[in-house]
Amino acid sequence: MSKFKRKKGQGAQKINTSSLPDIIFMLLFFFMVSTTMRETEVQVQITPTEVSEVKKLEQKSLVSYIYIGRPAKHLQGLYGSEPMIQMNDKLVNEEGIPTESVQDFVLSERENLPEIDKPKMVMSLRIDQDIPMGKVDDVKQALRRAKALIINYSARKDYEDEGR
Amino acid sequence: MAKRELQEINAGSMADIAFLLLIFFLVATTMDVDTGLTRLLPPIPEDEQEQEVKVNKRNVLVVLINRNDQLMVGGEFGTRVDQLKEITMEFFTNPNNDPTLPEKETKEIEFPPGSSPLLPPDGVWRGQVSKGVISLQNDRSTTYQQYLKVQNELVAAVNQLRQDFCKLYFDKDYEDLNMNNTTEKEIAEAIRDVYKMNISEAEPKNIGGLN
Repeated sequence: MSKFKRKKGQGAQKINTSSLPDIIFMLLFFFMVSTTMRETEVQVQITPTEVSEVKKLEQKSLVSYIYIGRPAKHLQGLYGSEPMIQMNDKLVNEEGIPTESVQDFVLSERENLPEIDKPKMVMSLRIDQDIPMGKVDDVKQALRRAKALIINYSARKDYEDEGR
Repeated sequence: MAKRELQEINAGSMADIAFLLLIFFLVATTMDVDTGLTRLLPPIPEDEQEQEVKVNKRNVLVVLINRNDQLMVGGEFGTRVDQLKEITMEFFTNPNNDPTLPEKETKEIEFPPGSSPLLPPDGVWRGQVSKGVISLQNDRSTTYQQYLKVQNELVAAVNQLRQDFCKLYFDKDYEDLNMNNTTEKEIAEAIRDVYKMNISEAEPKNIGGLN
């Protein structure tokens, strides 16, 4: 007869999971605060350039995006592999200078802004690093014609360049 | 009266619900921050005719990028991108009053009174401001990467000059000036007048490839 009774049939110990929801909620809040909603699906491939002097864009509501790059892999059958311009969700398939579609885009984006913010509109150019400047120059000229003069060359911070 | 036992709510599925929400946010959001170089495009001139602006030759630094991403700065071919910042800074400051580098004009720029011991009590800075302009031209086949790197160096040079000025007079980093503070905002704006971002982007044209 043993003095200490061995407990029988106890199986595995239960882990107390009552704080699990709290942990998950904490993660959830972290992600809710630190991320922004995906607005458009980017249909072109863009490898951003890395430079040292970048600044954060402060007011996101003032920013509209123009993407220039080669179409994504699954769209190349449809559009070919020449560089294309994407505005909102639309890929522009146009020969020559895309002045008109850029102007339409600028006008519609400007409509969405409150009157007081209209002159402050920023066009952010997200351009793949290997795109020839000809395409970019065309867009820049179109933007000038549409009087959207504040532009932002989207780029990533180059941390290695810092200490120079 | 019988004491009712406190009912416990089953919170076992709470974790599942939270997980679901978490996964939704992971999928539907992005984390990338918007960063970039903000620049101002020149407006299209009202009358279509080319305006002949008379600018002294010594006041212009022409930066050309050819189709092979090679640089020509001030008529000298083969400049490397990492030399550009120094060249630009020298161009804008002209420390030895070199007759081939830009002219300067004496200007009075108002800083908030009493903001720096190095300024007179009324806060007016009297000094030499460069008349220099950088003209950046690229070929249609220049890659965007090279173009942006060159832009970056030019911006970096002006930022460095502003930073040096700010450090000297206000013992602060130009980057750290608080734009929500009226005095510091005025300081930043005045410094921007001392060193202007005079980078002009020419009308696009094809520059022959120099091979």
